[in-house]
Amino acid sequence: MLYIPGNNPAMLQHGGIYGADSLLLDLEDAVALNQKDAARILVRNMLQTIDFYNSEVCVRINHLDTPFGREDLEEIVPLQPDAIRYPKTESVEDLKKLLAIIEDIENKHNLPHDKMTIHAMIETAMGVQNVFDIASFSNRVDALTIGGQDLMADMNIKNTKEGTGIDLARKMIVMAAKANGIDAIDTVFVDVNDEEGLKKETEYAKNIGFSGKAVINPRQIDIIHEVFTPTNEEVRKAYRIVKEFKRNKEAGIGVFAIEGKMIDAPVVARAEYVLELAGIDYKNI
Amino acid sequence: MKNVIGRNIPEYINGIGKVEPFLGAWEKLKKGWMDEITVPPPNKAKLPHQCKSCMDLRMAIEKTNPHDGMTVSFHHHLRSGDNILVMTIDILAQMGIKNITLASSSLNNSHDSILKYLKDGTITKIWTSGLRGELGKAVSEGVLDVPVTIHSHGGRVRAIHTGKIQIDLAVIAASAADEEGNATGAHGKSAFGSMGYARIDSRYAKQVIIVTDNMVEYPCTPTSIQQHYVDYVVKVDSIGDASKIASGTTRITKSPMDLRIAKLAADVIENSGMFTEGFSFQVGAGGASLAVAKFIREKMKKNGVKGSFLLGGVTSYGVDMLNEGLFRAIFDVQSFDAAVSSSILKNRNNIEISSGYYANPYNCGCMTNKLDIVVLGALEIDIDFNVNVITGADGIIRGASGGHSDTASGANLTVVVCPSFRGRIPIIKKRVHTIVTPGETVDVLVTERGICVNPKKPELEESLIKAGLKIKKIEDLQKEVEGITGVEKPIEFTDKIVGIVEYRDGTIIDVIKQVKNAN
Repeated sequence: MLYIPGNNPAMLQHGGIYGADSLLLDLEDAVALNQKDAARILVRNMLQTIDFYNSEVCVRINHLDTPFGREDLEEIVPLQPDAIRYPKTESVEDLKKLLAIIEDIENKHNLPHDKMTIHAMIETAMGVQNVFDIASFSNRVDALTIGGQDLMADMNIKNTKEGTGIDLARKMIVMAAKANGIDAIDTVFVDVNDEEGLKKETEYAKNIGFSGKAVINPRQIDIIHEVFTPTNEEVRKAYRIVKEFKRNKEAGIGVFAIEGKMIDAPVVARAEYVLELAGIDYKNI
Repeated sequence: MKNVIGRNIPEYINGIGKVEPFLGAWEKLKKGWMDEITVPPPNKAKLPHQCKSCMDLRMAIEKTNPHDGMTVSFHHHLRSGDNILVMTIDILAQMGIKNITLASSSLNNSHDSILKYLKDGTITKIWTSGLRGELGKAVSEGVLDVPVTIHSHGGRVRAIHTGKIQIDLAVIAASAADEEGNATGAHGKSAFGSMGYARIDSRYAKQVIIVTDNMVEYPCTPTSIQQHYVDYVVKVDSIGDASKIASGTTRITKSPMDLRIAKLAADVIENSGMFTEGFSFQVGAGGASLAVAKFIREKMKKNGVKGSFLLGGVTSYGVDMLNEGLFRAIFDVQSFDAAVSSSILKNRNNIEISSGYYANPYNCGCMTNKLDIVVLGALEIDIDFNVNVITGADGIIRGASGGHSDTASGANLTVVVCPSFRGRIPIIKKRVHTIVTPGETVDVLVTERGICVNPKKPELEESLIKAGLKIKKIEDLQKEVEGITGVEKPIEFTDKIVGIVEYRDGTIIDVIKQVKNAN
């Protein structure tokens, strides 16, 4: 997920060319206070005119406690981007308030309530505490994201390469997402010149269960794709597992072994996930 | 009359004479020899132990019989750090010489100060491969009565062989030289590497002056320029600004857009069928072109592919690839930084070559003819794949033909990399303002918004599609870009021709008209 400042026309117009799975057009932290209205108008117009190719488009609005949040929604919701990202989501109450306004705007424009989704951004200790309730509150919430920088500020801790201080938050957010069958997207890696560091952090994020990672520079996209894309070897293995599973199932066998390793339902589910990531239709194998 | 790619070319141009229209990239070469007569180089003599050293440049110039209507030549290896061209023209102007033909292998911003001599009749004709800055603007606005001739690097050698350019005086800057005129660019405080473009001047000019800021004990090696062609030798305080001589174009770009284009181009190359053991390769310096080298280097290591030679304007990035064993040799007509200069000195596989060896179409084996893959930039490209690298979106001359058409003509795979638009100016157009490189020599265009394959290469398109690359029709990409930028207001030109673009075989591929109301 590529962050693009909402007040930068040059970057916005090229947003779709880098092959990011999703774009985050930012009206919040990347935009200075005196640029908020300019960014809102620019993003509104860009959404209507620019082809972002295959990237999903998400707009991060300002919090409703600021003077800008409401107006952001009024301009953006009618255009129905793929998702709205809500910063500093701390409670179910926050979401209730947000959804009420969104649905009100959608009603005014005769728009459905089930198209545009919500990404709840967890970036305070309170948000982490309530993350399970936030994740399960509404079907419209289809992703949780962690805002590392703000969370560290809220916790009064320094940014370290290891990310020790926000490790628990990361894992709680992932767990809440998994428990509700939605995506969890990891925070940005701020040192754009440290490719090794980015790779290491992305591998960690993948290993603890995140389904993606945010980037602040297009140069970071390929590294993240590389980490999250299954290798040829992994795909081949997954294909074999799913194929053998189907063959055995037809013969009435639920558990079997490949090269001496037990294959049961969880292993098959994992293999199906790998094939899905690789864009292979595992149901028709 | 119209040439084969539909450009209007007059049959006769005042001050130039009768011109031959472009016939196609390889039409004239098919014959196997050049119809034009090759003029003999001058035969000169010196007495035994005769001294060639002069106190200063003025004294040397005085000895060379400067006269009205003379042709003076220079090389552009000092790039934007050059002091010598301006210094020489200043002296000739002080002597009251008029009607000079300036035949520098290229011109750039460091030469802006000679504009006054174009205005006062000191310089009345120009031959060059590139023109920028104040000079480019003034020429586009019609400061000269006779059009400037833009040639390619290879074409310049042909033009000298045929006597179209007859050099009376070559003033050749060197970063090291001895008292006999053996000279090099490979060492010294102003080192600039290869002297490839100057060799033909040293051979064909009636008078040759070597200018250096670093006189070394005899003999100066390597002998990039050889003493038996040199008339006089001059020591000056400085031949140029060393910081501008090493152009700093060897750092890999951090621009996400350039990197994106470069990565796509590298993917194209990898899947072109040309990325095989022993392939030869040339990329430009800076921007997306050089970044392609970064990705190709990674792919070569990953796939265990080794190339045969690197060609061209050489960067330290190329030297690194040579030293890593990824290529067996570098053929170096021009070097971009200090690391290349020292590589020429130390590594026998970093071979300094002349511009004739590099790209002259009329010999039995210029290096560009042996090239497998070249990656080139563009100021504009059109839906027929014709490329403009000389005039900007405002019609003003601000670029260089250089080796663009030479390498495109020679390479098996010519990849043009450029953004589809810059600012709000489309780069992909229905028709480019000026054609330098004909579309028939361009195989693929790679932009951030798509890859387009020349319909003349269906088998290439097929293998790229098989590899999963998304290919667009160039007409569709042009329309897509126009949808973003809108349609430009056409530039207004007068009927006056201010420049002719000579193709490497000597035919005229396009003309440049005077811009109206330029500001």
